[in-house]
Amino acid sequence: MNADPLLLSLRLSATVSLLLQVMALPLAYALAFTRWRGKFLLESVIALPLVLPPTVLGFYSLLAMGPRGPLGKLWQALFGHPLAFTFAGLIVASLVYSLPFAVQPVVASFESLDRRLLDASAVLGAGRMRTFFRVILPLAWPGVLTALVLSFAHTLGEFGVVLMVGGNLPGITRTVSIDIYDRVQSLDYAGAQQTALLLLLICFVVLSTVYGVNRRVWSPWPAR
Amino acid sequence: MLSIQIRKQFATNGAAPFVLDVNASFAPGFTVLFGPSGAGKSTLLDCIAGLQKPDSGEIHLDEEVFFDASRRVFLTPQRRAIAYVFQSLALFPHLSVEHNIRYGLARLSVAEQRRRVEAIAAAFHIANLLQRFPVEVSGGEKQRVALARALVTQPRVLLLDEPLTGLDASLRRAILEDLHGWSAAKRIPILYVTHNREEVDAIGEHVLTLANGRVQESGAPRAVLDAPRSVELAQAAGFENVLRAKVLEHRPADGVMRVSLENAVCEIEIPLGEAEPGSEVRVAIRGGDILLATEAPHFLSARNILPGTIESIETRGVLVAVRVQAGASFLVHVTPGAVRSLELASGQLIWLVIKTHSCHLVR
Repeated sequence: MNADPLLLSLRLSATVSLLLQVMALPLAYALAFTRWRGKFLLESVIALPLVLPPTVLGFYSLLAMGPRGPLGKLWQALFGHPLAFTFAGLIVASLVYSLPFAVQPVVASFESLDRRLLDASAVLGAGRMRTFFRVILPLAWPGVLTALVLSFAHTLGEFGVVLMVGGNLPGITRTVSIDIYDRVQSLDYAGAQQTALLLLLICFVVLSTVYGVNRRVWSPWPAR
Repeated sequence: MLSIQIRKQFATNGAAPFVLDVNASFAPGFTVLFGPSGAGKSTLLDCIAGLQKPDSGEIHLDEEVFFDASRRVFLTPQRRAIAYVFQSLALFPHLSVEHNIRYGLARLSVAEQRRRVEAIAAAFHIANLLQRFPVEVSGGEKQRVALARALVTQPRVLLLDEPLTGLDASLRRAILEDLHGWSAAKRIPILYVTHNREEVDAIGEHVLTLANGRVQESGAPRAVLDAPRSVELAQAAGFENVLRAKVLEHRPADGVMRVSLENAVCEIEIPLGEAEPGSEVRVAIRGGDILLATEAPHFLSARNILPGTIESIETRGVLVAVRVQAGASFLVHVTPGAVRSLELASGQLIWLVIKTHSCHLVR
């Protein structure tokens, strides 16, 4: 069995899930603790990858990252090489693809916090940053952990988006799901079987860890 | 002196909007905020703490402006140096008792934080709990921790929102004594929300009654609560019987007036009040202020003796609530012993005995 595709997928998933946490915390804070008119639009945009076919997402990502797309042009200007069909390109597309899985569990855990704890923090003189790091984050960690693991697992299993923006370059964009697809195409069922089973086991272990820690994983946007 | 003159309107679903409209001043020492639930007590405290912003008005502490709508001044809670003990206490569950208390002292040196925590923990008898977490201490201890966390910051105003609910009377008295000791030393305005009559009497310096978002009355607890002048307050202050009445005639020589109750089937005498003959009023009577007699009583000073029938008898802990139909429906509180010795039973004929001065005119 060739371990490269699996290692590539794990590297991609780890990078994406960590980057997503950095993005998800401020987004979740804005969604959970602030009130403004257009909030539902932001909620919809973040939830879009849940319902869009990965090929549609991949198609628009490809357009944006291509040599004539805004993201592709910017990347070319900054780093001197194109973005599409690179590992960096995969990361960018995966960030969008797994965003809802990183944001929603955090929003749910922020919203379930007792608001009086935040009031108590403010009355005791703590500003927003101190309240966030001393009260909100320590109490919402199950949600943050859920987000981390879910976005990791979701990125690990992506196929359509990778195929659209990454293609199939061994060692660069050939992820484990593409590898399995390739093997089936070339009638290497035994090879596909090995990799698929390994992926199945990894995903099961990851999910059972999350469910063991936190029961409310697949909560939709909470009612207000 | 804390001076407040604010107005805040809340949208409600369908019903008329709730309006908090308060104009009051609070001198150093205890002021009890008393009123039925939904009267706006917690909202008022939130406005003083800066957790909610009034629509209009002003809030001052001595010369300092906390809020002034016309000058667009609004100090955040962090800058008001107010301590607030919430009804839920809101102890941080992930921090030890010591770190809960230290939370508001972040600006001080660690040595100074330790010194203050030790002093306040000793004063509130929680020195042995410092390393525990909130889930590991009892209800009464939690309340002491919450008070300590609030007071250790040396606040300029103290807001207490039913901080002692759910505690038994002796524990409540002990904590109130600690609070009294602290208050005597600091002399800052303390607003104490409760709808527990016993707590009002135990704190007892000054009481301000709130109903429907407005201040009803203010004064000494006995004067305000023993003769409530609005229906909501009468109910909150524990008057079980609030009856519709019509003034029949004034008898100024006796200091009384006669009123007919409910649908004019029975008449009683109440103290002379500000209500013209013919006007519709309400009369509030405590269930514990009504006597029951199994025979028509004679030679009594009480002026109101009404025959009736027992409708129901319901035991509620150490007291028994007897519902009597005597033209109007009365709720009478007696002891289980009285029920036994009088052999009270549903359907029985009974006489109600009510002193004139147990009847209070309310609006």
